[in-house]
Amino acid sequence: MSDTLLEVKNLKKYFKTPRGLLHAVDDVSFTIDRGKTLGVVGESGCGKSTTGRVILRLIEPTSGSVKLAGVDIGALSRRELRAHRKNMPMIFQDPFSSLDPRQTVMQAISEPIINNKIATGKYEVEELTVELMRTVGLAERLINTYPHELDGGRRQRIGIARALSMNPKFIVCDEPVSALDVSIQAQVLNLLKQLQRERDLTYMFITHDLAVVNHFADDIVVMYLGQLVEKAPAEELFENPLHPYTKALLSAIPVPQTYDRPERILLKGEISSPIEPKDRCRFAKRCPFALEECWAKCPSLQEARPGHFVACHHYDKI
Amino acid sequence: MSNEKEIVLSIKDLVVHYEVDGDVIKAVNGMTIQLEKGRTLGLVGETGAGKTTTALAALNLVPDPPGIIKNGEIQICGKDVLHMSQKELEMVRGYDIAMIFQDPMTSLNPVLTVGFQIAESIRIHEPELNSKQAYERALDMLELVGIDRHRGSEYPHQFSGGMKQRVVIAIALACNPHVLVADEPTTALDVTIQAQVLDMMNNLKNKFGTSTIIITHALGIVADICDDVAVMYAGRIIEQGTLDDVFNRTRHPYTEGLFNSLPNIKDRKAELKPIPGLMPDPANLPEGCAFADRCSYATDVCRTKQPEQRMISGTHMVACTAYDDPNFMIERSRKP
Repeated sequence: MSDTLLEVKNLKKYFKTPRGLLHAVDDVSFTIDRGKTLGVVGESGCGKSTTGRVILRLIEPTSGSVKLAGVDIGALSRRELRAHRKNMPMIFQDPFSSLDPRQTVMQAISEPIINNKIATGKYEVEELTVELMRTVGLAERLINTYPHELDGGRRQRIGIARALSMNPKFIVCDEPVSALDVSIQAQVLNLLKQLQRERDLTYMFITHDLAVVNHFADDIVVMYLGQLVEKAPAEELFENPLHPYTKALLSAIPVPQTYDRPERILLKGEISSPIEPKDRCRFAKRCPFALEECWAKCPSLQEARPGHFVACHHYDKI
Repeated sequence: MSNEKEIVLSIKDLVVHYEVDGDVIKAVNGMTIQLEKGRTLGLVGETGAGKTTTALAALNLVPDPPGIIKNGEIQICGKDVLHMSQKELEMVRGYDIAMIFQDPMTSLNPVLTVGFQIAESIRIHEPELNSKQAYERALDMLELVGIDRHRGSEYPHQFSGGMKQRVVIAIALACNPHVLVADEPTTALDVTIQAQVLDMMNNLKNKFGTSTIIITHALGIVADICDDVAVMYAGRIIEQGTLDDVFNRTRHPYTEGLFNSLPNIKDRKAELKPIPGLMPDPANLPEGCAFADRCSYATDVCRTKQPEQRMISGTHMVACTAYDDPNFMIERSRKP
């Protein structure tokens, strides 16, 4: 019996636009086991960030259910949700805009501690703040500095410390290292991994960087225009990609070596509009293998191999 | 085979400082680089290494104030760029050397059609063309970068990010420049679109033989498209050579650190080995090697002595004092 922490079922989020309904997240289901990392991969506009936000109810879903450790997040009242937020913080992409420029490191990290009454009393709050700074590798001397005095890597560490301050079990990381230089990126990734081991954390890791997700995630879902097109354990997905979109994505990773370079599958065109999509495979327009059937009916997710799901009409023939 | 190489861009001993509120930010500190005709050079480094400042200097575009070109010589196809009148400069820019900026969203004019914007640059450099001819040429350019010619009458907001970057490339190539400087041309794009743009740039390179400098922080892109590589750190080139030299016979500890920081796609369990610490503050550079504080091989000499540039083969240069010891080797080159 697996130990499921997060269960997302038939999650949908449609936005009203002047040109019709925009299907940002369209019938997405997955689970994450305790202590594991789920990588959510896709290109800009595929709905990966919206999925993260809808799960945390930072945006209200159109329909579908989200259960975190057995609690139905969708059924919580505003007040209950507020109390529950501390169990599910988020780490944002841009450490330059996600911090208040007028708060010092001390204020930024202690804010969630005070708001959620994790510690009371000036001395206890400060003690906990310093401990958190140590945990995420921020030197204590930086306690009274402002974000503009710090580089991107350190700012991201403040974001991580804020998320950790509430002792969560589950963290949504939305492109946490995309804005950082490679040498700093590796520092932050190692920190997140170490914290996961020490605190038994469960991550939902949203990213467009496939090399990072391969290194970081246990399971991966690939999104395209609001839908899951493939879902598998990371190793299986990289060794045996089944969906033509996943194959193209993997082949497009720029590999930093001069030998064994992958044969690149070039996709034609660009992502199409998510507004009022028709009942057909959303990838058909760019797919080099699209047949009549693909234009007639939207494929659903099916188990192609044990634990490996794909939404493609003829994945077995390509 | 003749050994005579044709150099289209030559930068010598370039020093660029930014002077802000009494602080002197040393962005580029003695940079020498040459671009051969028909080659693609990757200029690699992290934020603040001085890559973009070098590129701006090549077009004499360093914003002044606060930027000051303290020293150096820059020649494009034999023309001295730093001692030119504004008028001469305008003829060199776009005609001899063109630049592609990182963000296609902000480098196009939102109120002019893309066809007009391409034609505009053609007419500045070829005044003998009338506007109709220039516009036709502009549409040819659009086709060349893979956009339907009838879209020439559309405005930038009607294009996606990848398409806009193609338009920017079309403008840069419209006058068939000798040198193209591309500053992070695909950083703002998605991977599959990035693959399309890189593929197109490779095709154009084979077709026109344009000599190109690509500024990037992504080693994967360098491996994809470059013939030569120069690695920058704190305003200096610390390792330079052919793609094969730098990738397969890496010598500098910083270059090694960059490779170790990247997740290995083949071995997902491999641990990332980041470079500890941060790049030094360019307003307060150490006396010795700027990388010494982050370098696991550093000795006392490194902290006091600026490393010399050392040629270790006909094409491969490394600036690291540790190689004073003939037996010195970094981890990466010990591996089989």
